Amino acid sequence: MAYVPLADQEIELHHPHSWVTKYVWSQDHKVIAIQYGGTAIAVGLVALVLSLFMRMQLGFPETFDLIDPNSYYQSVTMHGMIMVIYLLTALFLGGFGNYLIPLMCGARDMVFPFMNMLSYWVYLVSVIILLASFFVSGGPTGAGWTLYPPQTSMAGTPGHDMGIVLMLVSLAVFIVAFTMGGLNYVVTVLQYRCRGLTMMRLPLSVWGIFVATVLGLFAFPALLVAAIMMLFDTLLGTSFFMPAVIESGAALDYDGGSPILFQHLFWFFGHPEVYIVALPAFGLVSDVLSTHARKNIFGYRMMVWAIIAIGLLSFVVWAHHMYVSGMHPYFGFFFATTTLIIAVPTALKVYNWVLTLWEGDIRMNAPMYFAIGFIFTFIHGGLTGLFLGNVVIDLPLSDTYFVVAHFHMVMGVSPILVLFAALYHWFPKMSGRMYHEGMAKLHFWCTFLGTYAIYLPMHYLGIHGVPRRYYALGTTEFMAPATQDANTAITIAALFVGASQLLFFINVFWSLRSGEKSGANPWGANSLEWQTPDTPPIHGNWGDELPTVYRWAYDYSVPGAHEDFIPQNTPESEEPTVDAEHFDPDHDVSKADL
Amino acid sequence: MSEAAATSVAPAEGVSGLLDDWTADKQAYHVPWGKAMMWIFLVSDTFIFTCFLTGYLNVRMTTTQPWPPQSDIFALSFGGAPIPLILIAIMTFVLITSSGTMALAVNYGYRKDKTKTIWLIIATAVFGATFVGMQAFEWSKLILEEGVRPWGNPFGAPQFGSVFFMVTGFHGLHVSAGVIYLLWVARRIWAGYYDKKGFEIVEIAGLYWHFVDLVWVFIFAFFYLL
Repeated sequence: MAYVPLADQEIELHHPHSWVTKYVWSQDHKVIAIQYGGTAIAVGLVALVLSLFMRMQLGFPETFDLIDPNSYYQSVTMHGMIMVIYLLTALFLGGFGNYLIPLMCGARDMVFPFMNMLSYWVYLVSVIILLASFFVSGGPTGAGWTLYPPQTSMAGTPGHDMGIVLMLVSLAVFIVAFTMGGLNYVVTVLQYRCRGLTMMRLPLSVWGIFVATVLGLFAFPALLVAAIMMLFDTLLGTSFFMPAVIESGAALDYDGGSPILFQHLFWFFGHPEVYIVALPAFGLVSDVLSTHARKNIFGYRMMVWAIIAIGLLSFVVWAHHMYVSGMHPYFGFFFATTTLIIAVPTALKVYNWVLTLWEGDIRMNAPMYFAIGFIFTFIHGGLTGLFLGNVVIDLPLSDTYFVVAHFHMVMGVSPILVLFAALYHWFPKMSGRMYHEGMAKLHFWCTFLGTYAIYLPMHYLGIHGVPRRYYALGTTEFMAPATQDANTAITIAALFVGASQLLFFINVFWSLRSGEKSGANPWGANSLEWQTPDTPPIHGNWGDELPTVYRWAYDYSVPGAHEDFIPQNTPESEEPTVDAEHFDPDHDVSKADL
Repeated sequence: MSEAAATSVAPAEGVSGLLDDWTADKQAYHVPWGKAMMWIFLVSDTFIFTCFLTGYLNVRMTTTQPWPPQSDIFALSFGGAPIPLILIAIMTFVLITSSGTMALAVNYGYRKDKTKTIWLIIATAVFGATFVGMQAFEWSKLILEEGVRPWGNPFGAPQFGSVFFMVTGFHGLHVSAGVIYLLWVARRIWAGYYDKKGFEIVEIAGLYWHFVDLVWVFIFAFFYLL
C-alpha cells in the first residue's frame, strides 16, 4: 500500500473579530484550554475547602458547629466527585489536552474547533448544575462519591431528593461535553499531525492524553447509563437498582432491582477513570523529566506500549473495587490477577523515569522538583495498590483509612504534582513570562512534605482498623487513644497544605504582571510547541507554513550537536541524528526517506 | 521532501506492516476527519447501548416477579385474530428499508447527483419519522390501553415497563435526532454547501443511520424475542 504523506491541509479557521469572539466564544484551542483549566481549578478550590471541612471535623471533633453529620457526608461526596471528574479529568484532558495536542502535533487547531468550543460551554453548564446543588433544599447529595444505591435514594441520606438528581444530571451533561471534546482530541492526533510526525515521534504527553481520551470515550458510557437508570429510579420510581427496601418500618415502592448492577456499571467507568487521570500525568511527567534532565526518555517505545497496555488492561480490573460486595472466588481470582498484571507496565514506566534521570544533566528547575516528587508519591501509592489488589488482604483493609491513603497517594497527590509540574513547565509558553522560581520551589516543598504528613499516618490508621467515611470516631475499644492525636496532626498538615496552595496563585498572578520575559524556548525543549513563531502562540499557531518534523522529541545532549537539544523541526542536514540504539529505521519508514 | 520518494518504500508485512501504516506521518485512516470522528463516536455509542442491554438482562434476572409475555402484549388484532409482534415487525421492516434508501443516497451523493441524493435522504427521513410515529402509537397503546407504566404494569415484573420505556425511548431519540440530522444535511446539499467540499457528509450521516438501524436489530432480538 502506498504511503500518502499528510498534506499541508488548510483548516477553515474561524477568525475572531472582537474581544468577545477572541476570548469568550473562542474557537481557538489555546483559549478553550485556558477556559477549561480556569474553570477546573476554580471548582477544584471548592473541593479543597470541602476537604478542609472534613479534616477540621475529624481533627477537632465537637468544635465546629458548621459541620454536622449531613454536611460531613455532603463534603465527602462533593469533594470526591469534583476532584476526580470536574478537576482532574477536565484539567488534564480539557486543559492540557486542548493546549498541547494541536501544538505538539504541529496542527493549527483541533479538527472541529466549533465542537471544541461547545465542549467547554457544556462543561461549564455541568459545573453550574453541580454547584447549584449546594443551594437547593436538602443540599447536595451525601451518598459518597460512588453514589451506591440503595442508600443514595433513602430518606436518611442528605440530598436524597434534589441533590442526587442534580448530581446525576450534571454527570450526564459532563459526559456530553467530554464526548465532544474527546472526539476532537482523538481525531486530531490520528488525522492532523504535521509532515514527518509519525505516531512514534509524538511526545509522550500526546500519547498519554490520546489513550486516556480513548478510555474516556469507552468508559463514560457506562456512567451515563448508570446515571440515567438512577435518575429513573429517583424520579419515576423504577426499580433498576433498588431492591425491596424497608425504611422506618415501611416497605418502599421498590422491588427486584440490583444494587450490584450499579456497582458494576459505576466501576466499569470508575476504574478506567483512574487511568484517564493517570495516563496524561504519565505522559506529561515524561516530557518534563526528559527536558529538565537533558536526556532522552529511556525506552520511548516501551513507554508508548506501556501506556497502551495499561489502557487495555484498565477495562478488565474494575471488580477489584467490589471485593467486599461479594463475588464468586473465581471472579475474585480473575480480577486480582489482572490487577496485579497491570502493575507490570506501570512499574516499567517508573523504572524508565528513574533511568531517564540516571546520569542526566539534571537542571533542578521547579517543574523538575514536582516531577521527581511525583515519582516518590507514585511508587508509594503503587505499592499500597499491591496490597489492595489481593482479595484476602483487601477484605480487612477495605473501608479503612488505608484505602483513603492509597488512592489519595496514587491518584490524588501524584496527578496533582504532575499538574503543578506541567503548569510551571508550560506557563512560560502560555503566558510568555517566567514564574517566580523561589516561590515555586517553596510551593513544592510545602505541598510535597505536607501531603506526606497527611497521608503517611493514614496508612497506619487504616492498618489499625480506623474506618473511613465516619463523621466521628467516638470512643471505640480497638482504637488506640493516639488515633485522635494522629487525626489532629493530619488536620494541621492538611490546613497547612491547603493554605500553601495560595503560593501557586500568588506566583501566577505576580508572574503574569511582572515575571521576566521567557522567550520562545526557555527550557531548551525539543517538542513542537516550543518552536512556535510567537510566544504565546497566536491563533493558527504556525504563521504561514506548518512545521515539518525530522526527528523524535527527545534529541537531548546528542554528541556533535551545536546545543544540548535539537528541536523536532531541525533537518538532519543541520544537526546529527540520534544514535541507532534509540532509532530503528526499519520501523520508521518516513525517517528513511526524509 | 519529495512525495514520490515517500510512496516508493515497500511496507513491512503482517503486524509490523499494519503498525507502520497506522503510525506513519499521514492520516491514520485515509478518510475525511468527520468520518473518522463518526466511527469513533459510534463505537462509544455502542458501549452505551451495550450497557443498557446488559443492565436489562441483569434486572430481568434479579427481579422477583415473572417476566411478562412480550409476544402477547405486543400483539395487534386484525379481524379478530391477534398477530404477535406484528407492529414491531412492520417497524423493523420500515427501518431496514430506510437503510436501503440511505445506501442509495450515499451512492448518488458520490455520483454528485444532487437531486436524487436529496430525495433519497428525504425518503430515509420519512421512513425514520414513520418509525418514530409507530413507536408513539405503540407507547400510547401500552400506556393508555394496557396500563403499562415505567414503575409497574399489570402483567408482572415492574422492570418490564422500566426497560421498555428507557431502551426504546433512548433508541427513539436516536432515530429522531437522525431524522433532524438527515434533513439538515439534505438542506445543506440543496443549498450547495457541499459542492466544493465533496459529498462524504452523506456517507457520514449514513453511518449514523445504519448504526441506529443495527442497534434496533439488537433491541428487537433482546427485548421483543428473548
